Amino acid sequence: MNRMDRSLLELREMDTLAAGDSPVHRLHAVAKLLTTVAYIIVTVSFGKYRLSGLLVMALWPALLFALSGIPVLTCFRKLRFVLPLVMAVGLFNPFFDRAPLLTVGGLTISGGVISMITLMLKGLFCLAASFLLMATTSIDDLCAALRRLHLPSLLVTLLLLTFRYVGVMTEELSVMTDAYHLRAPGQRGIRFAAWGSFLGQLLLRSMDRAEELYGSMQLRGFSGDFAYAEDRRFTVRDAAWLILWPAVFILCRLYNVPALLGALLTGGIR
Amino acid sequence: MHMADALLAPAVAATMYVASGTVAGVSIHQLKKDNEPQKLPTMAVAAALVFAGQMINYTIPGTGSSGHMCGGMLLSALLGPQAGFLSMIVILTVQCLFFADGGLMALGANIWNMAFYGCFVGYFLIWRPIVSGRWFGGETRKAQRLRIIAASVIGCVVTLQLGAFSVVLETTLSGITELPFGAFVALMQPIHLAIGLVEGAVTAAVLVFVFESRPALLMDVDPAAGPGTPRSLRTTLVILGAVVVLVGGGLSLLASSHPDGLEWALFGNEAEGYGKNMGLDEENFGVKSGVADTASSIQEATSFLPDYAFPGSDSPAGTTVSGLVGSAIVAGLAALLCVAGGFFRRRKKTAPTETA
Repeated sequence: MNRMDRSLLELREMDTLAAGDSPVHRLHAVAKLLTTVAYIIVTVSFGKYRLSGLLVMALWPALLFALSGIPVLTCFRKLRFVLPLVMAVGLFNPFFDRAPLLTVGGLTISGGVISMITLMLKGLFCLAASFLLMATTSIDDLCAALRRLHLPSLLVTLLLLTFRYVGVMTEELSVMTDAYHLRAPGQRGIRFAAWGSFLGQLLLRSMDRAEELYGSMQLRGFSGDFAYAEDRRFTVRDAAWLILWPAVFILCRLYNVPALLGALLTGGIR
Repeated sequence: MHMADALLAPAVAATMYVASGTVAGVSIHQLKKDNEPQKLPTMAVAAALVFAGQMINYTIPGTGSSGHMCGGMLLSALLGPQAGFLSMIVILTVQCLFFADGGLMALGANIWNMAFYGCFVGYFLIWRPIVSGRWFGGETRKAQRLRIIAASVIGCVVTLQLGAFSVVLETTLSGITELPFGAFVALMQPIHLAIGLVEGAVTAAVLVFVFESRPALLMDVDPAAGPGTPRSLRTTLVILGAVVVLVGGGLSLLASSHPDGLEWALFGNEAEGYGKNMGLDEENFGVKSGVADTASSIQEATSFLPDYAFPGSDSPAGTTVSGLVGSAIVAGLAALLCVAGGFFRRRKKTAPTETA
């Protein structure tokens, strides 16, 4: 299987997940989008040594995974894109920042280690949040939501059209790549002599295809904007979701919930 | 080079959203004024093609490794900078939403680092001046071919360098990494010089193929050029690559031996004091035992807006002020570039080089 096949599979997987049904799927896309953005902003804004406070943010993705029935493993497979640069940046922290921050039973933990773990957790949480958004929202709903939030129609229409053609193009290139490799066994990539023509051929054909596409869009009355058929209104439930969760996030950011809980418990024991 | 959400502080991410959003707004305005509705499907198909095309592995002759192509230059050469920019935004959005490549909050920064430099800087400062100029001997096909190759390679190298530098700048401003600014730059720039060379070569190959078979598709290229015997792509690329490596290598040597010089040049004379400081810290690094001191002085040295949200110094006022100043500067820069773009574009309208 080549890289294009794999990403096609991934796209299809997301599509299948988004087509599912659960309380989270049924929420309005605007509410989900804005809540996700709020979650990411709050998560990222935690100070780099505030590991204990950050941990409580794990609850929200966990709750969504539970509510929506989305498999957790699918999400973690996407870590391969997120981790490299985060790792590259974070892994240096323990070497540069060696100020001891706390001691756990004789073992001294430096600030760098804490900030590295915090950074990686942030990466993980943000990934989970945006994955959950896309796994419970179809691209059409998302584009309708973006239009409702007054993003320019040109950009939203372009996003929708491109998304549809991403599948087509990737499939075509995947077939071309397979054909090439069958005729050039043992080669790992496209060899130099074919650098230009390999993609160039497809590019020329695609430009013609775009013209035909425009023709067919015009025949169906395209006037520069798509009409989005919204089959559901923004209900009280959506509004409650949109108000409640960001408020909870902000409270979690302001108060160190794990520490408070700990104090409460230890206080109670005493 | 896709940044994850975790690498950015909210203030920096917001600044980059404002900057990218401004450029996107101006681009949309410009495209609406041009009123070419047939461009929309072309943009979508080209964006999808670039998205898929970036997954192709190209074998680099003489080495075991492989490279990919650079979307920004290709799209702006095919569609023009404004349409290319919007197509790049859409590609980055799809990558972010469906493949978790880059983050939702970091999208603004990623658009700036990859789409803005690739499309606007790459087009206005590199592609058009070179391709519509008269280098390599005027209007023959051969000369045009050489100009396309030169523009692609130089464009990819320069825009990738700018992008990599922005990644460093944004991460450092966010207070995410303990890596000193100079060391981070010295780490990122050479890697991206190599990537840029390969991407430039692949992009050049594709664009030359388009030029040979249907020149009218390319911006600023005169399809009715006279014939000429073309030099082989390989020879041209080797020569160009050698030149870029020499120039780039020299520059990065200079930059890494004087990391403070870079900061001094960027942030003015006030910084003189800490420039010296930083050189010292790097030398003594890991030798001294007063680690806490070292760490804090590195942090001071690496933050050129010192109030900017570093641990311990929870000063929201400083953050807001520097965030606002930053947004204002970047938005101004963006507006300036776009005004310049519109100016050039209007002037260009008189020349019949556009695709029919």
